[in-house]
Amino acid sequence: MKVSEGIESSENNPQKKIVIALAGNPNAGKTTLFNAVTGLRQKVANYPGVTVESKEGHLSFGEYKARLIDLPGLYSLEAASLDEQIARDVLTGKVENLTTPDVIISVLDATNLERNLYLFTQLLEYKIPIVVALTMVDVAESRGIKIDFEKLSALLNTPIVAVTASSGRGIEELQDQIQNILGTTPNIPTRLQEIETTSENSLIFARYNFISEVVQEAVNNQEIHEITTSEKIDRVLTHKFFGLIILVAILLLVFQTIFSWATVPMDLLEHGFGAIGDFARVQMPEGLLTDLIVDGIIAGVGGVLVFLPQILLLFFFISILEDTGYMARAAFLLDRMMSKVGLHGKAFLPLMSSFACAIPGIMAARTIENPKDRLATILIAPFMSCSARLPVYALMIATFFAGKTVFGFVSLSAVLMLGMYALGIVTAIIVAFILKKTLLKSPPPPFVMELPSYRLPNIRNVLQNMFTRAWMFVKRAGTVILAISIILWGLMTFPRVTNVYVNTPNASELSEEQKSFQQSEQLKNSYAGKIGHIIEPVIKPLGFDWKIGVALIASFAAREVLVSTLGIIYNGDKEANEESETLKTAILEAKNDDGTPTWTPLTALTLMVFFVLAIQCISTIAVVRRETNSWAWTLFMVGYMTGLAYIAALITYQGGKLLGFG
Amino acid sequence: MPNLHQSNKNTLAKLAIGESAIVTSVEGNSSISKRLMEMGIVPGVSVKLVKSAPLGCPLQISVRGYHLAIRRSEAENIGINK
Repeated sequence: MKVSEGIESSENNPQKKIVIALAGNPNAGKTTLFNAVTGLRQKVANYPGVTVESKEGHLSFGEYKARLIDLPGLYSLEAASLDEQIARDVLTGKVENLTTPDVIISVLDATNLERNLYLFTQLLEYKIPIVVALTMVDVAESRGIKIDFEKLSALLNTPIVAVTASSGRGIEELQDQIQNILGTTPNIPTRLQEIETTSENSLIFARYNFISEVVQEAVNNQEIHEITTSEKIDRVLTHKFFGLIILVAILLLVFQTIFSWATVPMDLLEHGFGAIGDFARVQMPEGLLTDLIVDGIIAGVGGVLVFLPQILLLFFFISILEDTGYMARAAFLLDRMMSKVGLHGKAFLPLMSSFACAIPGIMAARTIENPKDRLATILIAPFMSCSARLPVYALMIATFFAGKTVFGFVSLSAVLMLGMYALGIVTAIIVAFILKKTLLKSPPPPFVMELPSYRLPNIRNVLQNMFTRAWMFVKRAGTVILAISIILWGLMTFPRVTNVYVNTPNASELSEEQKSFQQSEQLKNSYAGKIGHIIEPVIKPLGFDWKIGVALIASFAAREVLVSTLGIIYNGDKEANEESETLKTAILEAKNDDGTPTWTPLTALTLMVFFVLAIQCISTIAVVRRETNSWAWTLFMVGYMTGLAYIAALITYQGGKLLGFG
Repeated sequence: MPNLHQSNKNTLAKLAIGESAIVTSVEGNSSISKRLMEMGIVPGVSVKLVKSAPLGCPLQISVRGYHLAIRRSEAENIGINK
C-alpha cells in the first residue's frame, strides 16, 4: 500500500496546501466518499499527545494540495464520547501537526435529512466555510423524497453538491465549490442566529425547529409509507426467538471460517519463514550474527506474522457485519443480557473482535460513550481467548489429551478447547460485574443507538478497512515485536558458554546430540536461564520448573512464543510448532533432576488456565496505555490479570493434586 | 405544555407495538435527555414504537424517518400525547 508522507515543506511546489475536514453522521456515506476522493493516498494517522487516530488522505485539485481529515462518524459535537472530543479538537485546531481546517465538507444523507442536518447546524458555529455533500439522493428519490437543491442551499446559506461516490458523480463539482468558498466566512442563516439560548436542551429544540422549517420548505416528502425492505429483514433478524439463534449461527460461522480457512495460508507462511530461515543458515557463515538473524529475527517476527491471515479474515467479517448494519442489530439483541453485568450492548463488537486479537477489540471500544463503561470493556477484552493462545492450547491438548474421550464419545480435546474459551468468557463476566459494582460504579449509561437501514456492503470499503488494519499489524511486527525478539534472543544467548566439548573445538564436527546438549547448557547459563531459576520458587507451587519459567517469561512478549521457546529449551528442533512430533515427545520425556517427569496432564492443564487469564502481550499493554491514557489503569490491568492467572493456576494444580491427579 | 410531574402520564414506554404518538416532553438526567434530543426526539415530533428486543428491552422506535434503539428506562423519560 502506498502511504503518503505527512507535511512536506517543498518550496518549489507551487500548490497551495489546505486542510479539509470531512464531517457527518455515522452511516451517512462518509467513508465511501473519503475512499472515492482519496483512493489509496490515505493512511491512519496517530497524532501525538492526544489519543487521536483518524484517517487522513491527500488529494490535488486546481492549485490546491489538500489534506483530507476523515473525522469519526458523529451525531453531535457536544463531546460526550471520545470520538466527539476528537472531532472538536480537529475543528478547533487543537491537534498537533494539524492546522484548523480551511474547509469542512458536511456529508448529509438525503434519506435522513432532518437528523443529519443537526450536526450541520453545529458545524456552522466553527466559522469555517462549509460545503454540503448530499449522499444517497437516488435512494431518497426512489422512496418519494424530492429535494429542491436550490431552495435548500438558499435556506442553509451553503453550497450543496449531490454526490454519488461509487460512480464519481459530483466529485468535480465538490472540488469547484471548495475553491469558491475558501477564505469566506459562513453566513449563519438568520433564523439560527436569532436563537436565544436559555439552556442546552432549549438550544437543541430551537435547532430542530429551524431544521423542521427548512425541510418543510425545501423537501417535498411524499414518502411511500409501505414497509421498507429493512423492516422486513428486521422481522427475521431481530425476531424475539429466531433473532438470537441467527446471531449465534453467524458467530459460529465467522469463527469456524477464521479458524479453518486461515489454516492453509498460515501453514504456507509458517513453511515460508522456515524455508527463509534454513536458506539464511545455509548461505551465511556459522556464528552469532546468523543465529541472531535466524533464531531471533526470522523466527520471532515470522512467528507473529503467521497470524496475518486470521486477522485479515476477522476484519473482513467485522467490516461486512458493520457495513450491512447487522452489528447494530446484534447490540440491540444482546443489550439486555449485557446490561445485567453492567456492560453496554455496544461492548459486543469490541469483545467479539478480541477473540481474534485484543488490540483491534480495545480500539473498537471507542464507540462506547460513557468513559467508565468503555474502561470496563477494555479491562475485560483480553480475557477473550485470542488467536495467539491457540497454538499453546493446541500443543498442550495434542500432547496430553489427544484421542481421549469423555462419556465414551465426546472428544476430550474439543471439550478442553471449548472449556478454555468458556473460562475466559465467564471470568470476563464476573470481573465486569465486580468492576461495575466497585471501581467503575456509575449510573446505567444511555443506550441510544441508531439502527441504520440494511444495505449491501461496499466491497471497496471492506477491503480498504481490511488492508489498513493488516498494514498496522505488519508494521507492529516490524517494530515492537522485532525489538522484543532480538532482546529475547540476546537473553537466551548471553553470556556465552564456552564449548563443553573441548576435545572437538570445531563446532561443525559435533554430532546433532552434542549440539543439542551444548544448546541446553547455553540456555541454562544464559540470562534467561538465570531469570528462570530466580522465579522458580514462585512458580513451583504451579508445578512449573525453571525451564517452563523461561518459556513463560518469553511468552510475556507474545503468547505464541511459548511454543518456539519450549522447542529451543527441549533440545534442538527449532522449527517447532504445535504439530511437531519431536517437541511433543521431548515434552513427554522431560525429566526433573529426581527422575520424575516434568510434565503431567495436570501441568498442561494448569499452564492452559494460566494462559487463559494472564495478559502476556506487550502490544496489548501498549495499546491499553494509549487508549486509556493512563499508566495507573494499565498497570492495574497487568496486575489483576497476572494475579488472577496465578491464583487460578494455583487452585488448578494444588486442587488437582489433592484430587489425586498429576 | 402539560403538567410534567403527573405520575400517571403517558410515556413512550407505554405505547403498544406499532402505535404512534407526538412527543410532549423529554426529561431525565441531562446526559440522557440531551442525547435523546440530539437524536431528534424533541417536543412536537412524531414517534412510533416499532418493536422490542427479546427480553422486552431495548425498544426500537421510528422517528424523523429513521430507526433508533433506546432502553425502556429511557423511553420512560419521553412524555407523549397519543
